Amino acid sequence: MPKPEHYVAPFDENEMAEVDKIKLDEKPSNLWRDAWRSLRRRPLFYISLAAVFVILLMALFPTLFTDVAPDKDCFLVDSNGGPTEGHPMGFTRLGCDVYARVVWGARTSLAVGLLATLISGVLGVIMGALAGFYGGWVDSVLSRLGDIFFSIPYILAAVVIMTTFSDYRNVLTLAFAIGGFAWASLARILRSEILRVKSGDFVMASTATGRTKFGTLISHVLPNSITPVIVYLTLSLGGAIVAEATLSFLGVGLGPDVMSWGNDISAAQTSIRTAPMTLIWPSIFLTVTVLAFITLGELVRDALDPKARARG
Amino acid sequence: MLMYVVRRLLQAVPVVIGTTFLIYFMVFSMPGDPILAMFGDKTPSPAVYDALAAQYHLDQPFIVQYGLYMKDLFTGNLGTTFSGEDVGTVLARTFPVTLKLAAMAITFEFITAVVLGLFAGLRKGKLFDNITLVIGLILMSVPIFVLCFIAQYFVAIKWGWASPTVGADTSFSNMLLPAIVLALSLFTTSMRLMRGTVIDTRSRDWVRTAYAKGLPARRVIPVHVLRNSLIPVVTNSAANFGVLMVGATVTEGIFNIPGVGNTLYQAIVRGEGPTVVSFVTVMVLAYVAINILVDLLYAVLDPRIRYA
Amino acid sequence: MTQETNVTDYAEPLVSIKDLEIGFQTGNGFVQAVKGVSFDIFPGETVAIVGESGSGKSTTATGIIDLLPSNGRITGGSVMFGGKDLTKASKKEIVEVRGREIGYVPQDPMSNLNPVWNVGFQVREAVLANNMAKSKKDADKRAIEVLQEAGLADAERRMKQFPHQFSGGMRQRVLIGIGLAADPKLLIADEPTSALDVTVQRVILDHLESLTREKNTALLLITHDLGLAAERASKVIVMYQGKIAEAGPSLEILQNPQHPYTKRLIAAAPSLASQRLKSTKVSVTEAPQGDEIDLAAASAHRHAVVDKADHAGAPAIEVKDLTKVFSIRKGGFRSEPFTAVDKVNFQVPRGTTMALVGESGSGKSTVAKMVLGLETATEGEILIAGKDATALGRAEMLEHRRRMQPVFQDPYGSLDPMRSIGAIIREPLDVHKVGDKKSRQQRVNEVLDEVALPRMIASRYPNELSGGQRQRVAIARALALKPDVVILDEAVSALDVLVQAQVLQLLADLQEELGLTYLFITHDLAVVRVVADDVAVMERGKIVEKGNVEEIFANAKTEYTQKLLDAIPGANIPLGA
Repeated sequence: MPKPEHYVAPFDENEMAEVDKIKLDEKPSNLWRDAWRSLRRRPLFYISLAAVFVILLMALFPTLFTDVAPDKDCFLVDSNGGPTEGHPMGFTRLGCDVYARVVWGARTSLAVGLLATLISGVLGVIMGALAGFYGGWVDSVLSRLGDIFFSIPYILAAVVIMTTFSDYRNVLTLAFAIGGFAWASLARILRSEILRVKSGDFVMASTATGRTKFGTLISHVLPNSITPVIVYLTLSLGGAIVAEATLSFLGVGLGPDVMSWGNDISAAQTSIRTAPMTLIWPSIFLTVTVLAFITLGELVRDALDPKARARG
Repeated sequence: MLMYVVRRLLQAVPVVIGTTFLIYFMVFSMPGDPILAMFGDKTPSPAVYDALAAQYHLDQPFIVQYGLYMKDLFTGNLGTTFSGEDVGTVLARTFPVTLKLAAMAITFEFITAVVLGLFAGLRKGKLFDNITLVIGLILMSVPIFVLCFIAQYFVAIKWGWASPTVGADTSFSNMLLPAIVLALSLFTTSMRLMRGTVIDTRSRDWVRTAYAKGLPARRVIPVHVLRNSLIPVVTNSAANFGVLMVGATVTEGIFNIPGVGNTLYQAIVRGEGPTVVSFVTVMVLAYVAINILVDLLYAVLDPRIRYA
Repeated sequence: MTQETNVTDYAEPLVSIKDLEIGFQTGNGFVQAVKGVSFDIFPGETVAIVGESGSGKSTTATGIIDLLPSNGRITGGSVMFGGKDLTKASKKEIVEVRGREIGYVPQDPMSNLNPVWNVGFQVREAVLANNMAKSKKDADKRAIEVLQEAGLADAERRMKQFPHQFSGGMRQRVLIGIGLAADPKLLIADEPTSALDVTVQRVILDHLESLTREKNTALLLITHDLGLAAERASKVIVMYQGKIAEAGPSLEILQNPQHPYTKRLIAAAPSLASQRLKSTKVSVTEAPQGDEIDLAAASAHRHAVVDKADHAGAPAIEVKDLTKVFSIRKGGFRSEPFTAVDKVNFQVPRGTTMALVGESGSGKSTVAKMVLGLETATEGEILIAGKDATALGRAEMLEHRRRMQPVFQDPYGSLDPMRSIGAIIREPLDVHKVGDKKSRQQRVNEVLDEVALPRMIASRYPNELSGGQRQRVAIARALALKPDVVILDEAVSALDVLVQAQVLQLLADLQEELGLTYLFITHDLAVVRVVADDVAVMERGKIVEKGNVEEIFANAKTEYTQKLLDAIPGANIPLGA
């Protein structure tokens, strides 16, 4: 074997970087800033944001979009009629304007969706956080409770509630019926995330400074476990809107006199052969709304993905 | 493994008690007359009312009611439907149909989700990945009943490729359309999960080690990527069954398939409260059983659980 | 390498790498990781590539047989092997070379075996892929043979077990077996023992060395440890920022380094520094230039200071018969007591450093947690400045914590990623309600100065800092409350050599300035030599030996301590300086 020669690279003292030099000239970065930066580059983000904005506007100020009354001035002459001037989407079986009904229906869907998501979010975060962080018997009790709620598919639970509460079919009951059972999955997700976060050294460091357990949970553990919760809630907002529509379709949602996309689709099913568009228009609005929220959720998930952003 | 099975079965006990109690509680702890409440706008005939009052032991204190109800549940005495038929008999007739529909749907769903998810994961960020993402998101956003109507309108009515309703003939070919619709409504979650897991598994150290051994990609992908990625997808299918049950209710209703779901659908639509409660209870218990089976399957797939 | 059997082979290198360039496609564009690396490996030769993280050493190694992650690719140069350029070889050709001609042993034994297949399956796969057996039965026989050669006792029984039933050391033996299953001509070992305990590390490396020598397999060893490289390889290549800084016969590199980077590395390596301690009197007079750190010099200076220190008065920390019993869950509903810490006694005089050394599972970190009040002691006393800390009320506990602060091992895990650096350092002040908003800000600035970080950094987030900088932030946080005692739990273990030296220097400076007492938990005896005054060696929950650092290093009384000392890589290499 030839004796290896001793090679020394030519060196320039200036080229040798200082040990562990601090780079302050780089752009500031943290989780949210980076996520925002990556979101801003996705055209889909703007499209779904715009869709959500339009639907919100529709729910808050329906008169901006139509001045036709959705539930009055319906004439049976127009029953299942095609589009005419001023009525771009035609008429329902009862002769009401489809476009006006679709616009006014946004309010119900969004109200139930947001309220149900809020309820399941609050319940899920409290249950998941306490179970994951405190462990022991608190975890045992809350997790078993979660198992029970998890074992009843939330739409079936809502069906039972809405059937028995037939005298109280309003937005609030419906939101509780959906959100009151949907929280269990969120609690599971948050619990396992908290188990991961709380084993981190920074949690131990916080306890070592003398912070109380609850203080540590609020100031360090929850903020670091919240990203999957946000993603889940965005996705489940879509789910809650679908749930409302499904329940209305089954006739156990809001009463038939309330304008909602689910009710309209349900009412239109008898005319599916003769006037399919009266069914398809509310379906399109429902689908686009859900799609906008789900897409937002997927994009946020991508942007917050720690593996995608890992550096150095 | 035996320890695991025993532990898993023991865990199910409080869940069974809890779920039935919860359902019972929702129905019977309300102020006012629960039987009247269940009928909504309708009024039951005195004979029906008395039969229900006896079935639910309304003369007893609440907790005794629940105990007797549980006893009935486990001795197979599930009460009667509106038309006076025994719920147990109805179940025996309708359950095989639903099982068949569910098996078909889950098979289609699992195969498409795994195959499409695998290729989307292997081609992350490429055209195929983006197309499956968009299709998946749209399918996830369309409520199952809309999907049913679309399929019914286009495939059956307009193009005439299938009959719009199934009816008494529950053969494989006749149930194909509703099964596919049901599968489509389910598959996005599994496909996205599969895709994510494949991307994650592919960059695992053991995959690199497998390549370093001199194995070609055609062996590494199935043995070291696909096999590992199946675990979370199978685990997640437990949650999928929950969606499937609601989906089956709607699908069987719209396509008029004589299954458990259809019976529930009819009961809901007609506002027949007691029947709804009986069938939801049965479905929830089935769901608990499926969850146990999936967990056992998980142990079969993952030796870390099996030999814990 | 002295054997001269196959002389004709020696004229031709086995692998010849010329101007190799490798880059990665990242979120911030294309990054060149290896920038023109050339070297040869001759048959049967052991070559080591040494470098810090980010030097491109692992990338070079994995680039040879195209095992780069999916975003990496070779952008230039050639890898000649058996008359073929591997950088231009087809996929099929590369597959044939992998395993059969060039074996690979990865770094982390915990993640490199597929958890769902049994060990036999994974070894057999390597045997069959390289046509080392004709039938499944033959493959099984060969797999058992391979595992036995790799030093796995009762290999036959273990074939049916799964990776999670193996310890780290045993898994690494399986991986070495897989790497050598087809008798390759070259074995690439990428930090094969970094994740293992020092004593296990030594046994595995010895075994690897004898195996490769027996079969005349060439070995390319990738390591961050210059001492280990010099001890194991005939040729050492020092890589720095994607380029070769210096290469040559290992002894010559160590004794006569020419490149300033190599010089720095040698000066900073604790394992090598401990050897140079004898000649430190000279280097102390030389003012260290720039940010060049000479650990040996720092250490000698420190010892001089401590000798003069006042050892009178109550010790800062005194631990009496400290015991911790955990209950370990066994399958099902049974549980079993496990004594993690067993009647431990020691004291740390004010203003000195006491090192608690042990391998994983020795109970050293549990001791640290009990002293910090993060775990309750099952039995025994912990006296801080003469006061019992095991039975404190809430207010007393808060006061106790104010006087004693920790710095943890993981620089990536010990700072809350959602908070700014300023908020992290201020947290202890907020919790203890020290002063007002303005004075807290003032204090944050002061400690940032003390740990030599610019004040501007306060508005930044942990993910913007390197490991060493994060560890400085952790130290700053620990100092914010002006504690008397700092518990350093593996505080420098995760850092690169040069950064580690810098942080150790900082700790020494702070100790002198502020009169701090350190309890230094570590697995690395080499570091102990340069930072500690006293040392206690722990094994399975018990202190087996304790005393003055100088004495123990010179004359260890127990076999276990001696074994740990022997396991310091490169400790026996005479340095010429």
